[in-house]
Amino acid sequence: MRPAAVVGTGQTHHAAKRLDVSMAGLCREAIDRAMADAGVDWSDIDAVVLGKAPDLFEGVMMPELFLADALGAVGKPLLRVHTAGSVGGSTGNVAASLVQSGVHDRVLAVAFEKQSESNAMWALSVPTPFTMPVHAGAGGYFAPHVRSYIRRSAAPEHIGAMVAAKDRRNGSKNPYAHLKQPDITVESVQASTMLWDPIRYDETCPSSDGACAVVISSEPTSGQAAWIRATAMRTEPTTFAGRDQVNPQAGQDAARALWKQAGITDPLSEVDAAEIYVPFSWFEPMWLENLGFTDIGQGWKLTEAGETEIGGRLPVNPSGGVLSSNPIGASGLLRFAEAAMQVMGTAGDHQVDGARVALGHAYGGGSQFFAMWVVGSEKP
Amino acid sequence: MTRPLSAPLDVGFDYTRSLGPTLGRFLSDLRRRRVTGIRGSDGRVHVPPLEYDPVTAERLHEFVDVAATGVVRGWSWIPEPLEGQPLDRPFAWALVQLDGADTSLLHAVDAGSPDQISTGARVRARWRGERVGAITDIECFELSDEPAEEPADADDVTMVTTPVNLHYTHSASPTEDPFLRGLMEGRLIAQRCPSCEKVYFPPRPACPTDGVPTTDQIELTDRGTITTFCVVNVPFLGQRIPPPYVSAYVLLDGADIPFLHLLLGVAPEDVRMGMRVEAVWKPREEWGPTMQNIDHFKPSGEPDAPFDSYSQHL
Repeated sequence: MRPAAVVGTGQTHHAAKRLDVSMAGLCREAIDRAMADAGVDWSDIDAVVLGKAPDLFEGVMMPELFLADALGAVGKPLLRVHTAGSVGGSTGNVAASLVQSGVHDRVLAVAFEKQSESNAMWALSVPTPFTMPVHAGAGGYFAPHVRSYIRRSAAPEHIGAMVAAKDRRNGSKNPYAHLKQPDITVESVQASTMLWDPIRYDETCPSSDGACAVVISSEPTSGQAAWIRATAMRTEPTTFAGRDQVNPQAGQDAARALWKQAGITDPLSEVDAAEIYVPFSWFEPMWLENLGFTDIGQGWKLTEAGETEIGGRLPVNPSGGVLSSNPIGASGLLRFAEAAMQVMGTAGDHQVDGARVALGHAYGGGSQFFAMWVVGSEKP
Repeated sequence: MTRPLSAPLDVGFDYTRSLGPTLGRFLSDLRRRRVTGIRGSDGRVHVPPLEYDPVTAERLHEFVDVAATGVVRGWSWIPEPLEGQPLDRPFAWALVQLDGADTSLLHAVDAGSPDQISTGARVRARWRGERVGAITDIECFELSDEPAEEPADADDVTMVTTPVNLHYTHSASPTEDPFLRGLMEGRLIAQRCPSCEKVYFPPRPACPTDGVPTTDQIELTDRGTITTFCVVNVPFLGQRIPPPYVSAYVLLDGADIPFLHLLLGVAPEDVRMGMRVEAVWKPREEWGPTMQNIDHFKPSGEPDAPFDSYSQHL
C-alpha cells in the first residue's frame, strides 16, 4: 500500500436553509474551495467519490448521476458511497483506498446533504405496517441508549451539557459553522427544552444544508499534506440479542484495527486532536470509551476535567463538530477534513497548537456503521 | 402454505427544490412562456440549461433564448398513462430538439395515436394557462408547424415543490407471518435460535448472530421489564402518538431482545429502568395482525428487576 495524503479541503458555509444554491451549487462551493486549497485543476483529478445519506432525505434517487457535470466526473470513474450518517467518513476512506492501492493518483471526495429540501425526522420515522409507531427520528432512537450509558457509567447529569457548551463555543471560532454560540453556558444548555428525555434541545445537532470536499493524492500538490496513517470501517446489525448499543462491537473493532495500523499504542497520549461524530452531546464520552481513549465508564471524567477542550489533553471537536453543523451526508467527511486541517495547520481560529496526529471519526445508522481515519503531518 | 400477510405502505412528501441561478432562470422563463438554454464551452446550446459544463466542469453563464417549437428526435408510445404523468390519455414520451437548441428535452407529445407521430415531426409547446415556474408549465407538446403562444410577463421563481408519492405493498416474511397471526389471537409467539438459544421476539427469518433459521417456536407471556426508554416531547411530521409519551424498550420474560413500545399509566418522571410492566390489550374486536393490538404497557406493580437481569440487553 503506497502513502496517500489529503492535500486540500473545502466546505460550505453551513446553514439551516441554503436556498441560494442548488444541490449542484452547494457541492461546488465545497469542491472549488478544496481544489483551490490543493492547487489542482480538473485535469489533475482522476476519479470522484460522492457520499450521501439516504435518498429519502432529498427524494432524489442516485443523485450522483444528475450531479455528474457539477462534480467534474464526466468521462471519469464516479462512485457513490452510502453508509447512513457515517457516509462522509466512508467516502473519505474509499477515496483514500483508490489512491493507496495505486489505482488513481488523485481522487476528489465529496459529500453533501441539503436537509432543507425535506424532513429527515419524517424520513427516519416512516411507519411500516404491523409495527408499533413509536419511532421518533434519530433523537428518539438514541435517547434510550444515552440513558443506558448514564446508568452504566454513573456519569453526573451535567456532562452532556458540558459537551454541548464546549462544542458550540468551538463552533463560534469556525467561520463555516452553522451554529455560532460564543456565550452558551452549561446552565443555559441545562435550561433548554427536554426533547427526547434525557436529551435536551441544546444537546442536539442542528439540521443543516452543507457540503464538504477533500482532494486525496499520492504526492503533495501545494506543499501541505495530511498523510493518511490508517483507515478503518466496521459494521454490525442494527439489533441482535445481546447487542451493546452503548459500546458497539463494530466501533471497538474498527478502533483497534485503526490504532494498530497507525502504530499507535496509547491513543490518549499520541493523538493531538480528535474530530468525533457527536450528534447528541452524550456521545462524546460514549465514543471516547468505544474508541479506546479511556477505559469503559471513564470517558465522562475526561470531559468533566476539561481535557476535551481546545488546550486540553485531547481536544475533541475543535471545529464545533456535528453539534454545530449537521449536513448529515457531509458530517462524516467534515470530521475527516477537520482532522486533516489540524495536522496541516490550516484550521484557523480553532487550530490546536502543534497538532501532528489527528483522528477523524464517523458513525451512522443505529450505531452500526463506523468509519475512521488517522492523519499525520509526517509522511509514513 | 398461505400467502404471508401484506398491507399497503404509502410514503409521500412534498420535497422543495431551491433552484439556484441556472434552473431558476429556466423555470422563471417558462412561466413567461419563454424557453431558455445555455451555451456550453463547445458552443452547444443545452436545453434545459446545465449549471456546469459537461466538458470543462466550469460554471456556465451564457443564456440563449430558444424557440418553443422544435423537432421530435425520438419517441415512445404510452398507451396507458400512470399516476403523475403529464397526460391522462395515451401520449408519446419524446425527445424534442427545440429550434435553436443542440440537445433534446424530454417531454410529452399529445399526438392522439402512435401513427400520428414520427421522428422528425414538427411540434410546438402547449402552454398551461396558470403557470407556476415548473417544467409542467409546458402542458405538453403538440404536432404543429405553427409558432407557440407569445411570451407574457411573470415574476421570478426561486423554489419549486416536487411531490413524491410511493405506493408499496409491504409483505410480512414467512417467519413474521405466524407471529402476526398469533397476535390476532392475542398470543405472543417468539422463536429460539437452535445454535445460540437466544429467543427472538418478534421472530426473525434467521438468527443475526449465527445465520441459521430460528425454527423453534415458543410462546411468551405479556409481562416484561423496561430495559431503557426515552420521553418523547417533540412533535414531528407524521407522528402517530401525540407527545409527550414514553417510548420504552420492553424485554418480555423469556426473550433475549427488547422491542420498542408505548408505556402509559405512569408519569414520565416516575418511569425507571428495570420497571416491571404488563401489556394492556385493545378490545378483542379491534385486534388485527399488528403489535398495535397491545395498546400500551403499564407498570405491573412488581418490584423492579435487578440491573444485572437486563444489563446484557442494553
